[in-house]
Amino acid sequence: MEGDIATMGAYIGAGLASVGMGGAAVGVGNVVGNFLAGALPNPSAAAGQTATMFIGIAFAEALGIFSFLVALLLMFAV
Amino acid sequence: MATEPTAGETTGLVFHPMDQFVIKPLFGDGAVGIFTVTNLTLWMAVAVLAVIGLLVIGSSSRQSIPTRVQSIAELCYGFIRKMVEDVAGRDALPYFPYIMTIFMFVLMANFVGLLPGAFTTTSHIGVTAVLALLVFVSVTVIGFVKHGAGFLGLFWISAAPLPLRPILALIEVISYFVRPVSHSIRLAGNMMAGHAVIKVFAAFAPMIIISTGIGLAVTPLSILAISAIFALEVLVAFIQAYVFTILTCVYLKDALHPAH
Repeated sequence: MEGDIATMGAYIGAGLASVGMGGAAVGVGNVVGNFLAGALPNPSAAAGQTATMFIGIAFAEALGIFSFLVALLLMFAV
Repeated sequence: MATEPTAGETTGLVFHPMDQFVIKPLFGDGAVGIFTVTNLTLWMAVAVLAVIGLLVIGSSSRQSIPTRVQSIAELCYGFIRKMVEDVAGRDALPYFPYIMTIFMFVLMANFVGLLPGAFTTTSHIGVTAVLALLVFVSVTVIGFVKHGAGFLGLFWISAAPLPLRPILALIEVISYFVRPVSHSIRLAGNMMAGHAVIKVFAAFAPMIIISTGIGLAVTPLSILAISAIFALEVLVAFIQAYVFTILTCVYLKDALHPAH
């Protein structure tokens, strides 16, 4: 075995950061699911709200990307 | 891996998935300085030339029955103009050229970066941070020029009860300054993650040379996965350019109509 306990901790932390992916998945799924639930009863009004949906997706997804960033920082910067 | 060093070497990845993001000088092997021509410079130039090519060729022969290039150029123009009008309002139209520039550059940089062997400029936080900071600074300046100190009303939510307003103001100020961070990291992170996933599967693709038995199934599966993820990445490349632009419009709307 090579490396020290700090490297081990960094790798474990990078792996744990991928849990954030699940959070982003729940968030994006929630946004789109609710959009569809609201859009299907009234499809003619839905087209004007797709931009709002994408904004919501972007905000939900950004936090998942932050966990990816944490993993990258642990792997390459710490 | 320590107990079986040979097995670890033969089944490990052929190349590192993050190798594709290394910035190298284009000529020679010197250190990378501010004015060094690197692969990032090259692919940015390719993206800019692609934008110029599309829009100049598209608008050179304006016919009532458009050619294919003219249709695409008109589609891009109409799409962004409608987005600016819908999201930021009609008084944001003077800033439409800048938003169109951002969209076309990010879109073309994302698409050009998907070519095999190409370098994705937007996967670097340095590139997207400059784009996001330019948006942040210009939007703040526009807000103060248009409304003076009234722009600070963006942080003072008059709809909330009075005791809550200072706390909300603090949260609003923090979220205002986090905007360029999330704006830039969203684009760079999406691009980097997608391309890294493609490279991880690409590293598994040559397994057919070294493996036996069940390992032979890895190659067709990973080639299938690369194709599927590549198709997804084409979609993501467009959606991220769209999201970057629409957030620019949202920030611009906040600057033009700061009162809550």
